[in-house]
Amino acid sequence: MIFVEDKEIVIPGDILADEEYHSGRGTFKENDKVCSSLVGLVAIRDKKISVIPLQSKYIPKRGDVVIGEVTDIRFSMWNLDINSPYSGFLPASDVFGKEKRELNRTFDVGDVLFLRVVDVDEVKKVKLGLKGRGLGKFRGGILINITPTKVPRLIGKKGSMINMIKDQTHCEVIVGQNGVVWVKGEPSMERVAEKVINMIEDQAHTSGLTDRVRNMLAKLLGIEPEEAEYELGEPESVEESDELEISEEVEITEIIEISEESDELKKSEPPEEKEESKEDEID
Amino acid sequence: MIIIITNTNLNTGTETSARADKRAFDELRNLKIEAGVLERADGSAYLEMGGNKVLAAVYGPRELFVRRLMQPNRAVLRCKYNMAPFSVDDRKRPGPDRRSVEISKITSDALSPAVFLEKFPRSTIDVYIEVLEAEGGTRCAGITAASVALADAGIPMRDMVVACAAGKSDGNVVLDLSEVEDKEGEADLPIAMMPRTGEITLLQMDGDLTEEEFQQALDLAIGGCKKINEEQKKAIKNRYGE
Repeated sequence: MIFVEDKEIVIPGDILADEEYHSGRGTFKENDKVCSSLVGLVAIRDKKISVIPLQSKYIPKRGDVVIGEVTDIRFSMWNLDINSPYSGFLPASDVFGKEKRELNRTFDVGDVLFLRVVDVDEVKKVKLGLKGRGLGKFRGGILINITPTKVPRLIGKKGSMINMIKDQTHCEVIVGQNGVVWVKGEPSMERVAEKVINMIEDQAHTSGLTDRVRNMLAKLLGIEPEEAEYELGEPESVEESDELEISEEVEITEIIEISEESDELKKSEPPEEKEESKEDEID
Repeated sequence: MIIIITNTNLNTGTETSARADKRAFDELRNLKIEAGVLERADGSAYLEMGGNKVLAAVYGPRELFVRRLMQPNRAVLRCKYNMAPFSVDDRKRPGPDRRSVEISKITSDALSPAVFLEKFPRSTIDVYIEVLEAEGGTRCAGITAASVALADAGIPMRDMVVACAAGKSDGNVVLDLSEVEDKEGEADLPIAMMPRTGEITLLQMDGDLTEEEFQQALDLAIGGCKKINEEQKKAIKNRYGE
């Protein structure tokens, strides 16, 4: 027996189904009944029921790429806020190797970095690293926080949504898996991108979002919707309508895809910056 | 936590009321709940119940900086109940007092069994309850609002928590005591429960009730909780445009 429909909004404690169904993410089993533990949308896959949360906090996982802000400098590491219940640390040895240098000359409090989660240990210490393509310090730009579960929605199928924003606003956009989005471009365009991203967050649980985003972009940029339309053909928006229910596996691959893509985009910038900062130290 | 299974034969509300505000014995005050009212909080709720106006905000799970409070296997749920100085007829001296410390503690105890705290070890979930206007039964209003705010913050829970009071006033067992009934009545019995399983997470009693009256009041309060729970559900679903 199943008591809910696909994509229905449920709240904690709602009974979803009987024992013949398996409990997936966002659900739990009690007295042979599958119940929801979150406010979210029901996703039914064969005999597995999950609830996709509409609001969540980022829980660090090894291998994720995140955007963090330096909050403190210790003797041999930086502490970073990664928009999560657990703060991260970046060991100095990861940046300098065996050399001893002054940490605050490289990254100071308030700097925003693009990092990879190297390890999360039993006591929830989050070790971060800068090794990898495109990782490093951001110069300028603005930060926007969204709910981590809505990151796949912001990226869209094969990056369709994010690429549309990039193309239309001519901004660089980088999404961390912790829900922090970095946008850099013309100040007026940054504001447009911010509005659009906030709109996507608000309406992530609705269908037909790509079309609305396209219209909103066109309106904010003062272009006729028709003009904007040809850039991304129709088919994409059609298949995109049922998207928030992307399963875990797909989500992950998509995010990695985009992070690599953004690496390419950023390739020219951050490594330079890193070198720059190293030069600073030599001075 | 006590599980009490009761038969829910409630008063039907047909008797003519002797209550000051013309309510039936099993009638709740007007109730309004809204979720997601605060921009900066992770989750929030605003609740009006009769003359009560309560705001609840949830932050977290977030990093816990007080090391000695940290639990290695679960999150801690910290609650803070506060009454605004203008919330009562005579100005209340601002700041925590004995009563608000107690209510903070019982709120935390009432909510904790429902939350999957073990999912966020070494962190904290902070709940702030702000009473803007008080008219009897603010602890119940606070717990009800806090539970909506927790759900709104996306914190995994076994069930919603609902609170409601029953008591005895003018010799009658009545539901949802108003301020006058609370002060002049014989007994006050606030309870909090998880409506799906019927588990009671808070039960306090102030005053005297016979065993029979207690059972009657408890049934009444459970019935009231179930009604309030419907409003909680609506409030959350409304937030996402349903």
